[in-house]
Amino acid sequence: MKFSEVWLREWVNPPVDTETLVDQLSMAGLEVDAVSPVAGEFTGVVVGSVVTRAQHPNADKLSLCTVEVGSDDLRQIICGAPNVVEGMKVPVALVGARLPGDFKIKKAKLRGVESQGMICSAAELGLADSSDGIMPLPADAAVGEDFRQYLGLEDRSIDLDLTPDRGDCLGLSGVAREVGVINRSPVTPPSMNAIEAVNQDRFPVELEAPAACPRYTCRIIRNTDPDAQTPLWMQERLRRSGLRSISPVVDVTNYILLELGQPMHGFDLRQLKDGIRVRMAAPGETLLMLDGSELSLREDTLVIADSEKVVAMAGIMGGEYSGVAPDTTDILLESAFFSPTAIIGKARSYGMHTDASHRFERGVDPCLQRKAIERATELLLDIVGGEPGPVVEAVSEEQVPQRPEILLRRERVHRVLGVTIDDQTIADILQRLDMQVDEVPEGWKVVAPSCRFDIEIEVDLIEEIGRIYGYTEIPTHRGSAGTLVQSEPEVAFSLERARKILVDRGFYESITYSFISREMHDLVDPEQNTVELSNPISADMSIMRTSLWPGLLQAALYNQSRQQNRVRLFESGLRFIKQDDEIKQEMMLSGLICGTLLTEQWGAPGRDVDFFDLKGDLEAVLALSGAPDEFRFTPGTHPSLHPGQTARITRDDQPVGWIGMLHPEIEAKLGFTGNLYLFEINIDKSLDGKLPDFSALSKFPSIRRDIAIVVDEQLEFSAVSDCIRQAAPEKLKDILLFDVYSGEKIDSGLKSIALGLILQGTSHTLTDNEVEGIVGRILTSLKNELKAQLRD
Amino acid sequence: MGSESTIDIPQLVSDVQGRIDQSLSLAELDEVRVQALGKHGLLTAQLKQLGQLPKEERPKAGQMINKAKQGLQASIEARRVELETLALQARLASEHIDITLPGRGQAPGGLHPVTRTLERIDRWFANAGFRVEEGPEIEDDYHNFEALNIPDHHPARAMHDTFYFDAHLLLRTHTSPVQIRVMEHNPPPLKIIAPGRVYRCDSDLTHTPMFHQVEGLLVDEQVSFADLKGVIYDFLQSFFERELKLRFRPSYFPFTEPSAEVDIQCVMCNGAGCRVCGNTGWLEVLGCGMVHPAVFEHVGIDTEKYTGYAFGMGVERLAMLRYGVNDLRLFFENDMRFLQQFA
Repeated sequence: MKFSEVWLREWVNPPVDTETLVDQLSMAGLEVDAVSPVAGEFTGVVVGSVVTRAQHPNADKLSLCTVEVGSDDLRQIICGAPNVVEGMKVPVALVGARLPGDFKIKKAKLRGVESQGMICSAAELGLADSSDGIMPLPADAAVGEDFRQYLGLEDRSIDLDLTPDRGDCLGLSGVAREVGVINRSPVTPPSMNAIEAVNQDRFPVELEAPAACPRYTCRIIRNTDPDAQTPLWMQERLRRSGLRSISPVVDVTNYILLELGQPMHGFDLRQLKDGIRVRMAAPGETLLMLDGSELSLREDTLVIADSEKVVAMAGIMGGEYSGVAPDTTDILLESAFFSPTAIIGKARSYGMHTDASHRFERGVDPCLQRKAIERATELLLDIVGGEPGPVVEAVSEEQVPQRPEILLRRERVHRVLGVTIDDQTIADILQRLDMQVDEVPEGWKVVAPSCRFDIEIEVDLIEEIGRIYGYTEIPTHRGSAGTLVQSEPEVAFSLERARKILVDRGFYESITYSFISREMHDLVDPEQNTVELSNPISADMSIMRTSLWPGLLQAALYNQSRQQNRVRLFESGLRFIKQDDEIKQEMMLSGLICGTLLTEQWGAPGRDVDFFDLKGDLEAVLALSGAPDEFRFTPGTHPSLHPGQTARITRDDQPVGWIGMLHPEIEAKLGFTGNLYLFEINIDKSLDGKLPDFSALSKFPSIRRDIAIVVDEQLEFSAVSDCIRQAAPEKLKDILLFDVYSGEKIDSGLKSIALGLILQGTSHTLTDNEVEGIVGRILTSLKNELKAQLRD
Repeated sequence: MGSESTIDIPQLVSDVQGRIDQSLSLAELDEVRVQALGKHGLLTAQLKQLGQLPKEERPKAGQMINKAKQGLQASIEARRVELETLALQARLASEHIDITLPGRGQAPGGLHPVTRTLERIDRWFANAGFRVEEGPEIEDDYHNFEALNIPDHHPARAMHDTFYFDAHLLLRTHTSPVQIRVMEHNPPPLKIIAPGRVYRCDSDLTHTPMFHQVEGLLVDEQVSFADLKGVIYDFLQSFFERELKLRFRPSYFPFTEPSAEVDIQCVMCNGAGCRVCGNTGWLEVLGCGMVHPAVFEHVGIDTEKYTGYAFGMGVERLAMLRYGVNDLRLFFENDMRFLQQFA
């Protein structure tokens, strides 16, 4: 809702400056979005009259004009606008004037002829974004008057960003009421008179859907002047409220829309047959639109029709047969109430949004229609003349919305707001808001004015009291509500800790969009079923991710293309997988590394990351569970990972995640330079830890025996360690893997594994014999089960 | 043997002393010690020969030898200390390093500024007794709108540019549905916050289609707007770690009544007016209000017995103000040069 401050002050004029006024509005819940001057900054512009106009002797497109700018004060001015004519009143920038943009007007010679000023267009004065020519002024404009004064340009446009509950402030009258309440200033509407009919021409109205339209008023005005022009003052008010002047009929209805918040319409009476029928659209019915297209109407749509056709979607938009034409003389004015429930969502469902639908959706005062049509008649007659008939009002009283009577309890006011406000103040606030207030023992019975659709229950009144009393005046209170002490299970996996471990190990956290492109999904995680947005922002953001890898890969690409080749990123967030009819939303933690392990540094050799670097990082995260040994890494295949460097991670045979090297094909397709390694794990119960379970410390020394064995090159280390543990479960405390070697001195197809076995007894120091026995058992198992040979 | 008794002890002492003084290492010094004072050393030999001297000469000669021995022992000890000091000094000198060279190894990374901000918010509210709750991001219409008193076609829906999957499923447009999910399953008193990702179908300079919110909810028997003011005031002061002017401006959310938007004095210009606050001196940072009775009715909470407050804030906005980030879109580009600034 945008309006002119001067216009508002005609209604209510509290002794406060603009800044205060604007602040008051915001603090009353009518948030001011912008305050802007209604014209550019300029000086030295006066009203002038073009006395003579002749062709410039040296230029085809220039006119040589004599312009009167004061009594007996004639200036020779050259004008380039095609619309300049003799007798025209125009704004003239005199020599010495300053126009917007700090443009100074000087005496100048144009093609050898002197020009003593400039005839201005609206755009040049900051009154319009663009202009076709100079700005014609009404014939009665007083020559020589300062132009700013003439147009009343010391004014500001105030733009309110109204919340959807405050439909009552979508007209100046509503804003004026609020300003009056805040300042305790009287509101003085312009005098609005009932216009007497000069004939008995009535256009019949039938309310066929009285719940959707319980009140419809209209009036015929015959023999209006189709050539009449909207007066400049009205054009200016419309302009300052963000509306363009179109024609007197449209301008007057728009003026009422802004002033009273009542959307109105002016029909060309020639286009209407027999009478108005306000009804629901019939099956298959269409509306011929202004652009010539046929709009198919749904049956839930309220329409304005005559006996033959639909002419408008009620409260939303008129069709081809609804408007006035340049030669229209007989007009039917409409001022109706359409119920919010009948209008809500309808405009949007047809892809429309109009000033009318905006207001009817939020609620127009259902008692306003007659007043609005009288006010519009009065304004219209002043402009186009004509003969008004009587106001025809069709009404279904029982369906006109009634404001409920609400019981307001003083105890409740205190309880919700946390402040004690005395009875007198409460009653006063409500009365100032035009509410009907009756005292009862526990408080008041209150009925809101018909324009306040937002006042339905007790707490709505409490809000009004708080709002006008002032939120600022409500005390700031601390600590009445008891503290609820709750704690997390001790063994719960902490994502926060996991993030910190990764950060400590050189990772940066990223946050990528949860939606990705179909291409990226098909490339990285093609086997998972996806959920797709029906209205994505773009095709690149249409599929809900089934893995965090696409986002991480894109982030890595983004960085590689900006000379950041060493990338260590992780992200946590939901992934979305469609499974049968369910959508699984699972919390994941994923990481990616590429480039060198360390930043380039003098003290450590540089090398690129490999699988085990990332595995080490992941193991540090899994160690948070307190049971790192329970996680198994087994060779697996994943569509986006290198088949020889992929591990499936499980715990108790339940899947936990994946780790591996990005498949070289995908790496090449995405345009990476160098290998990338990725992991992804589910953050769920499977990561939960174990409560520590104390076992007594052995008092006896541990003994280390190193062995080196030669095994098949393809044999996994996990098989070796499992075998060793099974062979000596009691005394073996740890296995240290300190070398894996193949090459010289080892037959091809084999590898050497060197291990340190840490042995310890709990009741005594192990004897040499015992140690030899255990190592012997281990070697025998290794030999029998894995064909391992002891290396000399 | 008589001739042996004429060995010149002072000469011997002087010779040995000379070799002590000239010794350059602990090993060399030890050699001298063995030769002079060892089992088979020169002075030891002299002592062994004492018995061959006439009885009356023995005490004197013995005394002289012992004195010489003690003198030499002391000299050797002194030289040893001296040599050790020299050796230590030489080692220290040789082991000098340039301690200004950078340390070795993996430098830590950093959390995303949004997470960093969320963690601060979570911690503050956790300390104030709020429990952190989470909810799904793919929500149903009921939890995202209906139960929050935003029925179908309500004009407030136009304020949420919603991403839909079908007629009922959508990406949550705010974290408020978590309120409903918590109230559906837990009786009051309730004191929770719900941080997380939210989505709006909007993308331009100041909007990204995904961002983060933190929702708060407190339901108890005696909760008023004054309590809400208290918690918001305290939170914002501690979040920005400074005394800030605050104002509660009446506003509208379908799920709260009364509702307010909270403005803080602009942290960039201290309220003087600047580009960031659009010259108003105020920044809108948070929406809040008292839980609307219709919301309580949806989850079966007695509106006569209980009242509650709720609030919601945009995390990116708070992070931008806190760290001076001037472009929202930077948060989702994941440029390492950006992320490194929050390490």
